[in-house]
Amino acid sequence: MRGKLGDRALYVYTWLIILWLASPIAVMILFGFNDKQSKSNTSWQGFTFKWYQQLFAIDGLTDALVNSLIIAVVSTILATVLGTLLGLAVGRYRFRGKGVTDFLIFAAISTPELVMGASLLSLFVSANAPRGHITIIIAHTLFSLAFVVVTVRARVVGLDPSLEEAARDLGAGTFTTFRLVTLPSIMPGVAAGAMLAFALSIDDYVVTSFVNGSEQTFPLWIVGAVKVGIPPQVNVMGTLIFGIGVLLAVANAISARRKTTH
Amino acid sequence: MRRWTPYWLALPAWLWLAIFLVVPIAAMASVSLTTGNLIDGFTQTFSVSNYTDAIAKYSTQLVRSLVYGGVATVIMLVLGYPVAYWIAFKAGHRKSMFLFLLLLPFFVSFVLRTISWGFLLADDGILFGTLKGWGVLPEDFHVLATTVAVIGGLVYNFLPFMILPIYVALERVDPRVIEASYDLYASRFSTFRRVVLPLSLPGVFAGVLMTFVPATADPINAQVLGGTGNTMIGNIVQTEYLVNNDYPTASAISFTLMAVLLIGIFIYARALGTENVLEAAAR
Repeated sequence: MRGKLGDRALYVYTWLIILWLASPIAVMILFGFNDKQSKSNTSWQGFTFKWYQQLFAIDGLTDALVNSLIIAVVSTILATVLGTLLGLAVGRYRFRGKGVTDFLIFAAISTPELVMGASLLSLFVSANAPRGHITIIIAHTLFSLAFVVVTVRARVVGLDPSLEEAARDLGAGTFTTFRLVTLPSIMPGVAAGAMLAFALSIDDYVVTSFVNGSEQTFPLWIVGAVKVGIPPQVNVMGTLIFGIGVLLAVANAISARRKTTH
Repeated sequence: MRRWTPYWLALPAWLWLAIFLVVPIAAMASVSLTTGNLIDGFTQTFSVSNYTDAIAKYSTQLVRSLVYGGVATVIMLVLGYPVAYWIAFKAGHRKSMFLFLLLLPFFVSFVLRTISWGFLLADDGILFGTLKGWGVLPEDFHVLATTVAVIGGLVYNFLPFMILPIYVALERVDPRVIEASYDLYASRFSTFRRVVLPLSLPGVFAGVLMTFVPATADPINAQVLGGTGNTMIGNIVQTEYLVNNDYPTASAISFTLMAVLLIGIFIYARALGTENVLEAAAR
């Protein structure tokens, strides 16, 4: 009986933590509808849809969001390709230098963002490279890559090598085997890695703040605007990104469940 | 021909990691041992004065960051473990729903989440403003710009990174092991202490690793939620690099921070094996 009571308490506690974690999201969504008159957007002043109608009214903010999306797409593609190849190498083969490679992957994940950003800036300054889109993409690819490697490797390790052998016995060449057998079976790992890379890129502030030059991204613009007051459009964009992300995740989960039940 | 396959596969990523991770960190090490400024140029002197100067000048912020990071990590462990435990053992078929709910905040940008948290804590905001209006709280009550706000923000932002690895470790515990413990007349408490807890330690280690490092080095919470007395080492590095352009000092601080954090990580990695930490980090 005591056990049951303890379980009940833990159940309530888990919900409290979830509500606590979600409360700032609720605040963000709510204040996207706030009909604020003064500069500060911290007190509730009435309901309005006008920030949704004027969503793209602030040029700098819209540009920053577009920049963020472009950077996220390009760095996700780069990180996914590089990371998948390396994930295949470390997951499948034993080779000289594997230990060093494992260490590099570990280092890329555990280096504090601050150090990564600062050291990249040192490199770009000493190489006289102009900072902008390209340097941001290089940096984002760097920190996403290792996460793709880890998710792909987890999938490669669980792969049955006899499937590929069978493909080769049936006359498929190296590339055909890869395209028709290996790639489809590691695809969930690749997709998970790519989603992680996209999320990391679009969310990054610390590394980007070092290598951006005068280029703005969504997080950088928001932090820059904290002192003068965040316009409600930021809340609206945050709400829309949140909504789209959740919808995609739910759709993904439902389709995965369908596949397993049929 | 087949012998070379892994090298061809690894080559592009190797180059990327070497050029943009290894070289810059080595370059930073070398810059941290130079003297000079941006206009006259820097000369390699191999003097450690940058380190001693930087540590002397910013020891307060360095210690503060480690304390904030440490306190936040302990709070996350205490808050997070029961949640991981309940989801792993009691949530049944709703496990994935609860995990999804825990991950909801990640659909909102880190920066925006922290700012919304600031909205919530604002002196005249919906929470404290209302309570002050009712007379429950005194007029001069505030949380924003205090240590509590910064540590609270760190806990809020990184808590899921503590819960997930612990959940993964607990999920792998074979229920038959727990049954065996009961069969051998262990109480609920001693089963937890002597069976479940030791088996979950790899998850705890991974969780600590994944929260302590980013929390200690994080500049955003201190910037958005803290006041002038809450500056952390991350803010110092940003200022020295981007405002003062004092690269030698900034490099020395970054390196000191990384050295302190890496020593901690290596102790963990030794105890666990890197593979395990990475595996736990991946899920």
